[in-house]
Amino acid sequence: MNHQLSGPVDDVAAQAGYDDHPQRVGFFTDTSVCIGCKACEVACKEWNLVPEGGEPDLLGLSYDNTGDLGANTWRHVAFVEQAAPRREPVDLGMPAVGAPGGQETAEDDRDVRWLMMSDVCKHCTHAACLDVCPTGSLFRTEYGTVVVQEDICNGCGYCVPACPYGVLDVRPDDGRAWKCTLCYDRLGDGLEPACAKACPTDSIQFGTLDELRERAEQRVEQLRADGVTQARLYGESPDDGVGGDGCFFLLLDEPEVYGLPPDPVVTTKDLPSMWRDAGAAAAVAAGTVLAAFLGSRR
Amino acid sequence: MAECHPVGFQWVMEAKRRGAAVIHVDPRFTRTSALADLHVPLRAGTDIAFLGGLVNHVLQNELDFRDYLLTYTNAPAIVDERFQDTEDLDGLFSGYDPQTGTYHPQSWGYEDAQAAAAAGHREMPKSGAGRTTPGDTHGAAGATLAAKPHMDRTLQHPRCVYQILKRHFARYTPEHVEQVCGIGQDTFRRVADAITSNSGRDRTTAFAYSVGWTQHTVGVQYIRTAAILQLLLGNIGRPGGGILALRGHASIQGSTDIPTLFNILPGYIPMPHAHPNQDLEAFVEADAGSTGFWGNMRSYVVSLLKAWYGPAATAENDFCFDYLPRLTGDHGSYRTVLDQIEGTVKGYFVIGENPAVGSANAKLQRLGLANLEWLVVRDFQMIETATFWKDGPEIDTGELETERIGTEVFFLPAAAHTEKDGTFTNTQRLLQWHHRAVEPRGDQRSDLWFYYHLGHRIRQKLAGSTDGRDRPVLDLTWNYPVEGAMDEPVADAVLREINGFGADGSPLSSYTELTDDGSTSCGCWIYCGCYADGVNQTARRKPGHEQSWVASEWAWAWPSNRRIIYNRASADADGRPWSERKAYVWWDPGERRWTGHDVPDFQASKPPDFEPEPDAKAEDALAGTDAFIMQSDGKAWLYVPTGLVDGPLPTHYEPHESPFTNVLYTQQANPTRQMYGHRANRYHPPPSDPGSAVFPYVFTTYRLTEHHTAGGMSRFLPYLSELQPEFFCEVSPQLAAERGLTHLGWATVVTARNAVEARVLVTERLRPLKLQGRTVHQVGVPYHWGPNGLSTGDAGNELLSVVLDPNVHIQEAKVATCDIRPGRRPRGRELLRLVERYQERAGIATEESP
Repeated sequence: MNHQLSGPVDDVAAQAGYDDHPQRVGFFTDTSVCIGCKACEVACKEWNLVPEGGEPDLLGLSYDNTGDLGANTWRHVAFVEQAAPRREPVDLGMPAVGAPGGQETAEDDRDVRWLMMSDVCKHCTHAACLDVCPTGSLFRTEYGTVVVQEDICNGCGYCVPACPYGVLDVRPDDGRAWKCTLCYDRLGDGLEPACAKACPTDSIQFGTLDELRERAEQRVEQLRADGVTQARLYGESPDDGVGGDGCFFLLLDEPEVYGLPPDPVVTTKDLPSMWRDAGAAAAVAAGTVLAAFLGSRR
Repeated sequence: MAECHPVGFQWVMEAKRRGAAVIHVDPRFTRTSALADLHVPLRAGTDIAFLGGLVNHVLQNELDFRDYLLTYTNAPAIVDERFQDTEDLDGLFSGYDPQTGTYHPQSWGYEDAQAAAAAGHREMPKSGAGRTTPGDTHGAAGATLAAKPHMDRTLQHPRCVYQILKRHFARYTPEHVEQVCGIGQDTFRRVADAITSNSGRDRTTAFAYSVGWTQHTVGVQYIRTAAILQLLLGNIGRPGGGILALRGHASIQGSTDIPTLFNILPGYIPMPHAHPNQDLEAFVEADAGSTGFWGNMRSYVVSLLKAWYGPAATAENDFCFDYLPRLTGDHGSYRTVLDQIEGTVKGYFVIGENPAVGSANAKLQRLGLANLEWLVVRDFQMIETATFWKDGPEIDTGELETERIGTEVFFLPAAAHTEKDGTFTNTQRLLQWHHRAVEPRGDQRSDLWFYYHLGHRIRQKLAGSTDGRDRPVLDLTWNYPVEGAMDEPVADAVLREINGFGADGSPLSSYTELTDDGSTSCGCWIYCGCYADGVNQTARRKPGHEQSWVASEWAWAWPSNRRIIYNRASADADGRPWSERKAYVWWDPGERRWTGHDVPDFQASKPPDFEPEPDAKAEDALAGTDAFIMQSDGKAWLYVPTGLVDGPLPTHYEPHESPFTNVLYTQQANPTRQMYGHRANRYHPPPSDPGSAVFPYVFTTYRLTEHHTAGGMSRFLPYLSELQPEFFCEVSPQLAAERGLTHLGWATVVTARNAVEARVLVTERLRPLKLQGRTVHQVGVPYHWGPNGLSTGDAGNELLSVVLDPNVHIQEAKVATCDIRPGRRPRGRELLRLVERYQERAGIATEESP
């Protein structure tokens, strides 16, 4: 099978060379039932022995003191405080969280809305981190997930800017890249990942991707029928810029409100055309140089 | 609930998924509000006005479930003609004694029913230890009634409970709710409509509450108001109904069932008082009542004494009844602290608590700790209660000096629940067994190990003593088997003892098997049956999908594995389900037995039309429709004729500290609230006093998901500490503007007790209160912190005074007044000066007592 860098892929594990493999698995994170308890953050750290996040700091981002996903934070619960009725959406042109508490000064009697979302590595169909990794430390598993083998990571950091979601990061004290493994070790034992196991309200649902997509479709239809018109899925479509996420979300507002990029595109999508263009440019340059030499002889 | 009980909240979300409407009533917009269909931001401390408004809405519009009301409640009962309501006395009930601040409840009884006669019998001798309350003397059963009341089933008699209720709550109108609670009339009507349209034959409504209801000077009456509403709507004893108390820890229910409280014995049997010459017979007669299941109290007490004293307990020596300690007054936690300061309490065990930062008026707690001879702290971590003597706040202010503190402090590391066998009893009365996963490390030991070996050593020291006062310790059955290298007592053996044994030594299966002749033993009568058939029923873990929806085979519920108590009320008077949709237990006329999805909470073969003989006793005195089998009259009490110290009906009083005067009555606050005068426990002036303006804001204390109570189990753990890394307070943008507070800046919160500094979160989730033409701001104070551990900060409990509900001695921690100012608090003696200046400005600097 050809290695596609973009577009829908039916069998991502097969593309990676697994002939006989289990079904692709992932997370469906339904933010409409997330209560922001952060059990996922703690369970993830407990199971995966992730170090604490450094010097604790009160961030003032509502009840979020984790800040973002990183080498030491593989699950991150975002808290978005909004005035309701909502202000007219403003196109900020880049991902940004909604106005945190304390930034509002308008009239007294507005209702507030508090959105919570547990973010995680998306385990993309087209994972740029994996494409750019020079050592093969980042690899596609038989479950279709993307995992870092920390023992052969050389700390080059190419994966960090490659990720369209800003998930990957390197640990300052050891220089290597770390991220969610979708609990690769647990999957092998038939266990669901620690975060999904700990989630009290089933906001984080683990399963085969096909089943999760079906479940998510039903859930979003039900919510819309109940009048939650803003409910939408994020990252579920194989037609999106990363070929669909293995871990996708049900959101209650625009992705930007949660700090998610509205239209992520795998950063290696244009690699073939870039090489093609670069090759053409090189050929032109070489031709020019050659012409110059040839010219000078004349 | 999502904040403090996230695991239990999954079932709320499950109900919501199935179409339930979720309404969240809370002064703050919390994680629960975020997921609710409707958030109702009421002013802290005004729940009786709000719930009373709903009661009034039901009564005025006749929306009550009339068949349920007539069958199962005391709505038709006729009350004594001497009774006067708050309607008659402007906020007081008849019998109030302003000298003592207590009620004489004789006039509150039913007509011709002799509730009053026994009360004098139980009058406590006044002692220096402070007053006691009927709540202390009556256990869970309340006082007893000597006779069933006269009933008017037309509900027309002017002195029937229904009519009294109607008059009492008539002034709780939507307009008054708006004025008192700050809840708009539209919102109030939405709630009223949701609750009433979801109650009745086909539907039920449930209330869930936490300490937001209990930590008030009127906390018991909060829950009473909810009980009245639920009974009017027929929502008790039925699936999907009830009033669910979400307890604050994993086994707080267990520690009231087998109590760590001073005034009850296991199974809610009252603790005897130091009445001269009171034998077992007189004790039982005074407190048991002759009708209802409490009529068997002698069997429960004798079986308990047999469990504790074994062969030493005989009929001849009254089953060692005289070995039980006697109460001489209020020995509640806060009274004890004041007694420590006064020097009359010399030693103190603190087990899994952190009062130095976790109890109201934390300074008062530390002053008590510093005046002991010895203190034992058993905990996982070196909590503030164990280190107050070297680094407590009073060392910094100079109020205490380490060299001058005489308290000898013993810190003993404790084992966690994962390191020991045992049970948790949750709010549904489920006993759930947990198995030891790993051995405790180092010197860590289980509580069971500690008490067993401590008792063993004390008994060794006393061995051979001829002093009669040592007999209660030496005669105890203290022969638990031990196992392992640490000589760990076998928890399973303790559970067997709690379950109880019959005359032949085999495990009992139900409390109905208990006898009063000493042939049975049982450590806690309501737990009898948890080891039925010699099987640890609490360890059952059959998954939900492998059994019925009632899940009777998951763990074990007291009593008798009933999942819903008083479930006789899930059927109508004739024993038929109120509706197919809500069928739960019912009378099977063919089999002539009660049957259904759950264990019927009723004598299995008593038919619905049963009428008792006039002189029948105990459960035999209950009719076939007397579903509330623990009550002496078998009825649920809308009106409480005896047993409460602050009135037979809930009445809105303002919190002890409030910026508002009571608009419903002249009486401002609960007239029977317990106050303790002490220089370190000064109270703010009432709102009628100009000095009250010194403390213009309302604050409320609360928990966050990320931490646990006073922090001993969370502030010392890195993964939890980083999630909420330090103490903060929450204010609205409007208050921030008014006081110059900035987001993430520092603020100092001041009361007459102390001042604390906190980082500021400015958030619209906290709203200014707008009522009675005024705007009053609120300050939110999570209370988890102290100076020790990884996540640190001042303790919110420094701000609170000790002022208590008179029935149960619970502190008013959910509402008080304060001032807030930008910047950090002063250090050293300057901190004391700051608080003194506030006291002087408020005119309370010299008051010793209220």
